[in-house]
Amino acid sequence: MKTILVIGNGMVGYKFCEKFVAQATASEFKLTVFGEEPRPAYDRVHLSEYFGDQDAERLSMAPRSWYEENGVELITNERVTDIHRANKTITTISDATYSYDYLVLATGSSAFVPPIPGVEKEGVFVYRTIEDLDATLAYAAKLKAEGGTKKAAILGGGLLGLEAGKAILDMDLEAAVVEFAPRLMPRQLDGDASKVLQGKLEDLGIDILLNKGTQQIVGEGAISGMDFGNGDVLDVGMLLVSAGIRPRDELAKTCGLEVGTRGGIVVTNDMKTSDEAIFAIGECALLNQMIYGLVAPGYDMAGVAVAQIMEEEAMMPTAIDMSTKLKLSGIDVASFGDALNEKSEGESIVYENKFQGIYKKIIVSNDGKSLLGGILVGDASDYNMLHQIYLNGMAIPENPEDLILGSRGGESASMGSVLDLPDAAVVCSCESITKGQICCKVEEGIDNLKDLAADTKATTGCGGCKPMVTDILNESLKASGKVVKETICEHFDYSRQELFDLITMKGYTSYDEVLDGHGKGNGCEICKPALASLFASIYNETANKQEVIQDSNDRFLANIQRNGTYSVVPRVAGGEITPKQLIAIGEIAAKYDLYTKITGGQRIDMFGARLDELPKIWKDLIEEGFESGHAYGKSLRTVKSCVGSTWCRYGMDESVSFAIEVENRYKGIRSPHKFKGGVSGCIRECAEARCKDFGMIAVDGGWNLYVAGNGGANPKHAELLAEQIDNETVVKYIDRFLMYYIKTALPLQRTAAWLDKLEGGIEYLKDVVINDSLGICEDLDKEMAGLINTYKCEWKEAIENIEIQNRYSHFVNSDEIDKNLNFVPLREQKMPELWEA
Amino acid sequence: MSAILEKYFTTEVDNVKVWFKAAPVAKFPENGGACVKYKDKQIAVFNFTREGKWYACQNLCPHKMEMVLSRGMIGDDCGTPKVACPLHKKTFSLDSGENLNGDLDAIAVYPVKIEDGFVFLGFAE
Ligand code: SRM
Ligand SMILES: Cc1cc2nc3c(=O)[nH]c(=O)nc-3n(C[C@H](O)[C@H](O)[C@H](O)COP(=O)(O)OP(=O)(O)OC[C@H]3O[C@@H](n4cnc5c(N)ncnc54)[C@H](O)[C@@H]3O)c2cc1C
Ligand code: SF4
Ligand code: FES
Repeated sequence: MKTILVIGNGMVGYKFCEKFVAQATASEFKLTVFGEEPRPAYDRVHLSEYFGDQDAERLSMAPRSWYEENGVELITNERVTDIHRANKTITTISDATYSYDYLVLATGSSAFVPPIPGVEKEGVFVYRTIEDLDATLAYAAKLKAEGGTKKAAILGGGLLGLEAGKAILDMDLEAAVVEFAPRLMPRQLDGDASKVLQGKLEDLGIDILLNKGTQQIVGEGAISGMDFGNGDVLDVGMLLVSAGIRPRDELAKTCGLEVGTRGGIVVTNDMKTSDEAIFAIGECALLNQMIYGLVAPGYDMAGVAVAQIMEEEAMMPTAIDMSTKLKLSGIDVASFGDALNEKSEGESIVYENKFQGIYKKIIVSNDGKSLLGGILVGDASDYNMLHQIYLNGMAIPENPEDLILGSRGGESASMGSVLDLPDAAVVCSCESITKGQICCKVEEGIDNLKDLAADTKATTGCGGCKPMVTDILNESLKASGKVVKETICEHFDYSRQELFDLITMKGYTSYDEVLDGHGKGNGCEICKPALASLFASIYNETANKQEVIQDSNDRFLANIQRNGTYSVVPRVAGGEITPKQLIAIGEIAAKYDLYTKITGGQRIDMFGARLDELPKIWKDLIEEGFESGHAYGKSLRTVKSCVGSTWCRYGMDESVSFAIEVENRYKGIRSPHKFKGGVSGCIRECAEARCKDFGMIAVDGGWNLYVAGNGGANPKHAELLAEQIDNETVVKYIDRFLMYYIKTALPLQRTAAWLDKLEGGIEYLKDVVINDSLGICEDLDKEMAGLINTYKCEWKEAIENIEIQNRYSHFVNSDEIDKNLNFVPLREQKMPELWEA
Repeated sequence: MSAILEKYFTTEVDNVKVWFKAAPVAKFPENGGACVKYKDKQIAVFNFTREGKWYACQNLCPHKMEMVLSRGMIGDDCGTPKVACPLHKKTFSLDSGENLNGDLDAIAVYPVKIEDGFVFLGFAE
């Protein structure tokens, strides 16, 4: 049996193991891996997500048990200190010696820290490992606690630096990115693209300082500023250095392997170093005089090294793709191919829209036939397709500008269908999965993304290819005559709309009946709440009736909070509240020691109620005339109002009165997702009605009615459904719009996403609810009236029923309360203890 | 944090030393769960009526160490009975305790028996 030792358990070292164990001949080798870090390999690409949840586990590439199960010996927390090529052994920091037949160096790289005087000061960090992030977080917390400067700088305006900038911002510090070059992402973007990007980053709140060479880091012990020379000093409390990477070639150097003049272990395209028995892969390897600082080429290198050891043919390709997409939420930036036209083999076409902050540039070959590269800022939705056209040398439209402008007139779509891609097109570069492989899997019977990902690993790396893989999957399913059906989960082969019809037609009244009649298995957390929502929409039954199929929040009629306590939100229709009601809420909150906050929905949220306290609190509230605010339900939340003509000098109509009327009309109605309304008294739009699922704005001659907007993760302005209509007509149209949505949307699909998928869009919707083109308006009106007339407050129902109240004890066999609840003081109030990492 | 986790470990029927009489069957919702206190432990007990079976596991979700699993929804994943945590929907097998949609450590599961209309939980101590 031959022995393979891998030094380095990073992303590429792990990929080597994964590709190795997949080989039939793996059992003829013994594989041992050394990692210097304390934990098994994790996903460095998504490292920034750690700032959000500090969940190291979520980043893990594979748990320790994976190595055990696959017979790979993993030794972490153990740095390899020497390689003795003469007798083919290595030694580690704890003086253990191991011998090898093959040695694989996957030592990665370390963050490059430029030799600026003072850079060793406290408060200067790099951005490479989980430990780096922990240290950064701890220091950020200290800065905030001390109340001094809250500014942190990032040295380097490359891909990583910008990501770091956003992370700093998310830590509630002020962020400034300091770049030596005259533009951001100098290796990927040109000056104009950089300007557009800079605008976007500044809008986010990140300061951008270009053309700045840092002469010195100043501060007593800890950093207090950066000196750019000539009296130009930036005060900062912390610095994240992101100035590039240095390959970790120190082991290779001391054992006499050939290394590049500027670092990196020299390899040929079979991934062998100057010693036949030693391979180098990933960010430590210098191939074609280049260090490839991306995972995709590293993964390919791992594959080649495995194959070489198994004595199979495999080589790295001569051209290695370095295209990149920035993964900053809300900012689209991508660059591919020869984006800067450095080879001067083509000419550029540029589209720039300063109003919308969009910049697109493509480089087209001199003969106008192929795409050589490009840059997209502000809108990178076409990145995947353009990238594929470039990679595969596909034909481009006669007017190449169509690629960035879309085809204007004419029949043909500018981009073509994903099925036009050649079979060899690598769609998922992290896992090297081609379009052909995906189509093959569909032929073999795979018909959903989850199975496809499990089978091929496509989309499981950086995830950037997900939209395209989904398209290919769906298009090939369609092409092979299979209907792409949006079934709700493994337990039902039906869509939500089909289940809606089944329940109404057959008159089913319980989840079990539907599951017995039309499903399989015992249900899950997806189909149960989906059906609960249907029962509610059809019979207006409250969440109390079938409590065990309700989503966790509905089951207890309250939103669960971080520590398992709940929040309490009474309805405050239209945001109008009397002084007496305010006092009552204050008294009740004080009585139960609840944290109170004004919500973004114009009402008051009381947090920190124990499960057993919920019925008592609600009893008190109901006695004061309050009712449930359904803050927990997929149902009407609030109808936000502005003060309107009652007080405002510009008001055209009584927005508060109208908001209260519609909020009371739709309260309690369950729907596929939550829905919200807004009413503004004039076009100044203080109620933000156009960010809501339905919104009214008073204009001369009535109301303009807008539908299908939302804030949240993907903000979308509502679209105009009708103009200058009176109150009665507004209500009629909303009734129909909502009912139509309730009957046809997918589970957890908000109105905007629903309208987006509705063929024909807003014009079609107008036809249905205004012109009654489907002839269903009478039904919709009736169904809506049925829901409105059967409203009852489910909290009132709960406190009047002892059986329902019994659901609210923490223990079934004891009246004790949960002793694990710990609160800490917060300003004048309290909050749950923070979660540990 | 880990101190609280260490209180819980999977108990096989063969190792049961104490059958703890928890509460009458009627106290547990059909196809749902409730929490039982045993000494300083919190145990989530599920009356999986559709399967005609009972399951018990630690109430503590290993994801964020909150005592919430009894309030989670039950169901099955390709035939494996499971509970979904109400906080972030991590799911755990009620048979083995294994985390079905992630890499969290398995949760401890305990044997349950029903006698004379009462629910009994098996503990090794
Ligand atoms: C309390 C509140 C924040 C605050 O302190 O102001 C809040 C808190 C929560 N929001 Fe919100 N949202 C609150 C206003 C908003 C708003 C602002 C608004 O309504 O004008 C928005 C954007 C507008 C919109 O929805 O279009 C908003 C967009 C979201 C989203 C994203 C929805 C989307 O379509 O992208 C979620 C996630 C979801 O619903 O799936 C969410 C989910 C949540 C949940 C329910 C998350 C959860 O399951 O625990 C939070 C718990 C509420 C609780 O415990 O009571 N919340 N949330 C606000 C309660 C308003 C109220 O009185 O009911
Ligand atoms: C914040 C961030 C964001 C990124 N984003 C992207 C992105 O969007 N797209 C992309 O393609 N790439 C991205 N990258 C780069 C990507 O993470 C790297 O290309 C990849 O991790 C390289 O893998 P590797 O295994 O070669 O090196 P590493 O992941 O660095 O692993 C090397 C491992 O070897 C260990 N080691 C070194 N020497 C020894 C020794 N002597 N003994 C034992 N162990 C040793 C190290 O401790 C380390 O754990 C990003 C990187 C960072 C830091
Ligand atoms: S934005 Fe909404 S969901 Fe997110 S943390 Fe704030 S309240 Fe919670
Ligand atoms: S606490 Fe249970 S899933 Fe997060």
